[in-house]
Amino acid sequence: MATTALGRRGGAAPARLRGRNRGGLTALLFLSPWLIGFSVFFAYPLLATVYFSFHRYDLFTLEWVGLLNYRYLLRDEAAWTAIRNTLWLVVVMVPLRVAFGLGVAQLVTRLKAGTGFFRTIFYLPSLVPLVAGTLGFVFLLNPGTGPVPAILSGLGLPSPDWFGDPSWAKPGLTLLALWSVGDLMVIFLAALLDVPKQLYEAAALDGAGPWQQFFLVTLPVIRPVVMFAAVTGVIQTLQYFTQAMVASRVASGATDSAGTVFVPGYPDGSTLTFPEWLFHQGFRDFAMGYACVLALILFAVSMVFTLILLRQFRGLTEEEA
Amino acid sequence: MTLTLTRPGARTASARARRRRTALTWIATHALAVAAALMFLGPLAFIALTAVMTDQQALTSELWPRRWEWGNFADIFQRAPLLTWIVNSLMYAGLATVFMLLSSVPVAYALARLRFRGRGPAFLLVVTTMMLPPQVVAVPVYLVWARFDLTGTLWPLILPMLLGDAFSIFLLRQFLVTIPREYSDAARVDGCGELRTLLRVILPMARPAIAAVALFQFFYCWNDYYGPLLYAGTDPSHWTLSLGLASFKTVHRVQWNLTMAATLLAMAPVIVVFFFAQKAFIEGVKLTGVK
Repeated sequence: MATTALGRRGGAAPARLRGRNRGGLTALLFLSPWLIGFSVFFAYPLLATVYFSFHRYDLFTLEWVGLLNYRYLLRDEAAWTAIRNTLWLVVVMVPLRVAFGLGVAQLVTRLKAGTGFFRTIFYLPSLVPLVAGTLGFVFLLNPGTGPVPAILSGLGLPSPDWFGDPSWAKPGLTLLALWSVGDLMVIFLAALLDVPKQLYEAAALDGAGPWQQFFLVTLPVIRPVVMFAAVTGVIQTLQYFTQAMVASRVASGATDSAGTVFVPGYPDGSTLTFPEWLFHQGFRDFAMGYACVLALILFAVSMVFTLILLRQFRGLTEEEA
Repeated sequence: MTLTLTRPGARTASARARRRRTALTWIATHALAVAAALMFLGPLAFIALTAVMTDQQALTSELWPRRWEWGNFADIFQRAPLLTWIVNSLMYAGLATVFMLLSSVPVAYALARLRFRGRGPAFLLVVTTMMLPPQVVAVPVYLVWARFDLTGTLWPLILPMLLGDAFSIFLLRQFLVTIPREYSDAARVDGCGELRTLLRVILPMARPAIAAVALFQFFYCWNDYYGPLLYAGTDPSHWTLSLGLASFKTVHRVQWNLTMAATLLAMAPVIVVFFFAQKAFIEGVKLTGVK
């Protein structure tokens, strides 16, 4: 019975075995679009990225330069600024989003009236297109015309220059990220509603208050979901691009007149993220070999977090098999 | 037994205290929810209010429009080729969604319901490709499209959808594994092949999941900025709404009121569709979490 499922052309094979054979072929047929897609748009480009990383390439000439691109990285100050900014976002934005999403979800579970209404409103901003949301926040926080500085000064509070101030631009982007926390909230809400009621009743009988119930009952039960949200959050934040790009473009007021190339990161490199610098090097400066070095770094870091995630999934797939 | 012997008066007093405490908690949580709702809706409200302000008022920090300038919505179509951008966005999103469904549903079906060697690793590869940043392979992929002379168009974003989309495959697979085996077994006993089983038995049951991935795909494309920025080139007649919107304020030197009107225009379809298909969205998001 230990014959290979594929590659056996047996007219005399028992019917059961032939059924298995056909199963393998059907699977291959069904999977074929993705198998081709995986090879063409993932496996090959990944190898090609490694190849180009040892070359200088600007769309016209290809020249072997050995480790030059890798050595340049050490001297490229903008790359290190980008690494620091992306790290900031991972360390500050991800935990805040997870905590806030969990808090909002917890609030929804406590509501007795209008649960669906509030859930809809809390979820809605996460659907707003990234470019539109970013434009909205640049306007909202814009000194002189925006409502937030107007309201803050109405309350007698100082308002920073948000997207025009290097130390406030990333916090501004963080506010935008918290506003669109709805997708996380929905995932947490589903997890919270799955926590067995008896556990709370038992905890309440033992005299546990709301905070103790949260830390001793809720959090341990939904821990896998929180972990999942945190790890996917890190992976998504490593790709953080659109909001930073749009915010810096609009806030800087740069015009796209012919012959000029917009350098992301306004103000003062404070919003320059790693994928932005990769994009800029590869597709604006056409230093494609060097961009491939940056791409491989992004790949390595993302892969570490993806492997953490896969460990959770491997447990899942083995359960089903 | 001692409990029943406590004085009746004390008992009602503590019950009343507890009831008052629940009432206070009720008010507190709902007040908090209302405050949170205002915070989430606030930005949308201010965007909408600014969108109908006059040019002069948009330069001030006033919050409420003195005169409702509905003409702004017509004005933005004069300032930029919004109509072309909308058509491009619709084409990109529409074709990508149809292509994605055609290619990804069979893949997800195979991963969820067919038994074959290497199924586990194949699924893990799908999750890996879903998770890895698109920027990682951007340079070689771009060069491939450049060789086919398709850079400067949206086709490099649309055509790959014929070869499956990892996120959609993942989502559909997560739903399809939850359908009990008995259904496909019964179909097989009735003599259905795998394709017939998929089309006649599984697809009708998977309608909510298919609706969810179709909506996600459509809006992913509608919202996509990175893809069009990379491929659509410098000719605005090939841009999408998201791409055009990002350069709307800077290129056309327009006021905040017009920028917010255009922003509102980009948000509107998403919000309208959401209210009609809320359940599909929510169910879809739940599928992205681990269970």
